[in-house]
Amino acid sequence: MTKAMKTASPIVIVGLVFLALATLSLGTGSMNIDPSALFSALLGTGDSGTSLIVWSIRLPRLVLAALAGASLALAGAILQGITRNGLADPGILGLTAGAGLAVTGLIWLQSNGIAVEPHWRPAVAFAGAAFAAFITAIAARRDGVIAPVRLLLAGIGMNALIGAATLVIAMGLDQQLYSAAAVWLSGSLSGAGWSASATLAPWLAILALALAAQTRQLDLLSLGDETAAGRGLAVDTCRLRVAAIAVGLAGAGVAFSGGIGFVGLVAPHMARLMVGPKHVVALPLAALCGAAITVAADLIGRTAFAPVELPAGIVASALGAPWFIWLMWNGKDQKG
Amino acid sequence: MSLVLVTMIGICALSLVQGAGSADATTLLEVLNGFDPQKTDHLILRDLRMPRALAALMIGAALGVAGALMQGVTRNPLASPTLMGLNAGAGLGLACVLVVAPGAPFVALIASAFLGAGIGVGLSLGLGLAAGGASAPLRLALAGAAVSALLGAIGSGVVIVGEIAQDVLFFTAGGVQGVGWDELGLAAPWIVIGLLIALLASPAVSLLSLGEDVAASLGARVILTRTVAAVATLLLAGAAVAIAGQVGFIGLAAPHLARFTVGQDYRRIIPVAGLIGATLLVAADLAARTLNPPHETPVSLLTALIGAPVLIWIARRSARVL
Repeated sequence: MTKAMKTASPIVIVGLVFLALATLSLGTGSMNIDPSALFSALLGTGDSGTSLIVWSIRLPRLVLAALAGASLALAGAILQGITRNGLADPGILGLTAGAGLAVTGLIWLQSNGIAVEPHWRPAVAFAGAAFAAFITAIAARRDGVIAPVRLLLAGIGMNALIGAATLVIAMGLDQQLYSAAAVWLSGSLSGAGWSASATLAPWLAILALALAAQTRQLDLLSLGDETAAGRGLAVDTCRLRVAAIAVGLAGAGVAFSGGIGFVGLVAPHMARLMVGPKHVVALPLAALCGAAITVAADLIGRTAFAPVELPAGIVASALGAPWFIWLMWNGKDQKG
Repeated sequence: MSLVLVTMIGICALSLVQGAGSADATTLLEVLNGFDPQKTDHLILRDLRMPRALAALMIGAALGVAGALMQGVTRNPLASPTLMGLNAGAGLGLACVLVVAPGAPFVALIASAFLGAGIGVGLSLGLGLAAGGASAPLRLALAGAAVSALLGAIGSGVVIVGEIAQDVLFFTAGGVQGVGWDELGLAAPWIVIGLLIALLASPAVSLLSLGEDVAASLGARVILTRTVAAVATLLLAGAAVAIAGQVGFIGLAAPHLARFTVGQDYRRIIPVAGLIGATLLVAADLAARTLNPPHETPVSLLTALIGAPVLIWIARRSARVL
């Protein structure tokens, strides 16, 4: 097998898995649609009832799941690279919680009559994630160095603090909004419309492009600070730049999907297992894995206990946490 | 130590007299000397404030002592009920019982919370210690975080599928509001037994905290001590979480504050951690009631405000150990 094929075939395989999951997800639900009816609905030639379900309910939800999953996976991949710790993840480092707090605050504002246009949500979530990241980094910094270990611990502390603050705001909401906020916080894609994806997609596109220009720097950073500096990299500014991208991606991912846990942890590991650590191939594959995992989690969540819906985030945590434990158990958390 | 004791008594007295329809010290003395069921303020004191203050005292002490035991036995500054999956486990146990048997008596709820807490702590400790040995505090914390996430996710799933969100809200928010004499009566014996075991075991824990080899060479029975400490921890933390819900970080912060005041000897750390834990929780509960009346501020927020900085402080300070 040539080198090009070695990197291309995992992408093709994961792509096919993603397409299969997507088809399954579009076809399954309170009304099952068989593949042929599904394709004619997608092409606009099916009957109007099926087309309505596919185009205005299932497809927007699928697209949002894929976009959110890809954002979180990319954020996780960056964080694992720059902290050189395989257990880093937007959830563990408090970014998800920070974005969640900000968006809960937004919901609270709305319930008090101060309406904020929904397309500002990613920006607000970004601000929340950035704030949490900043505080976590400050807390972990000592003698001018941010050790990965301290970063993880500080993240656990931040999570607890922000989680408690979020709970306080959420409890100030009326009953209906509280339920909505609670479901949203546990990572739900329920009721997603096209507008969410339309808002999220440009953010993801811009940040992904910015990230694409940084893959070589990420490779160097994951070799360690001394090596990277020895190769002529301005380590601190570079790390700050990619960290900002990671915060943006995590914020965007959380803004409409709540905190879908462990996607940002698991997807980069899957990608590295398949194509190795080079970011130029590992990043797109991680994004694809993240999209596939989130679509699968959402599919399981809405069909396993139908008609009751489980938020995708709960399914993802239930599946991702054992993976995390397995990584720890095998001591694969220290790479490089 | 006496300073801690005085602070505790002061805050308790304040907690009894403060609140909606404030009572003063004379009323308190009247209730203690001759209770008059005709007087409203007497009733408030006896049936609302007293069990609540007592519950906060006992639960705070239980959590503080449980944290001290865990830290002493594992020699890990991060070992504590909150970080070890206890809350998530208890929540899961509670949710399961509420779904399977909606009208289950309070005893069954306590038992299920116990069981869940035991599973959570057992899993976290097992994974954390087996994967890295006692010298890796970070692993223990991460194992706890992962186990919490797992059990928490399953618990949320059970809550959503079983549609019992309202019933478990008291647990999610945490706190000792609404604890009466009946609930207290059920939990108190376990806590008292746990505290007694902890005090009796404290010399052995103190030896164990020097390291397994040193302890063994000084004649300590390592396995016996570990088992006894584990039983006591479970009794204390399980009973606490069963009636007070997710009150986080007392078990992490109290032992560190105790170590700060009395040094490294667990014969002194364990009782002082109990006193400090009790003081912290009574103070947090008092703040929860009086900050924003008539609403209750969740106690879990206030304890997280105390606990998270402690955690970050440990992270910064013990970087070399990690």
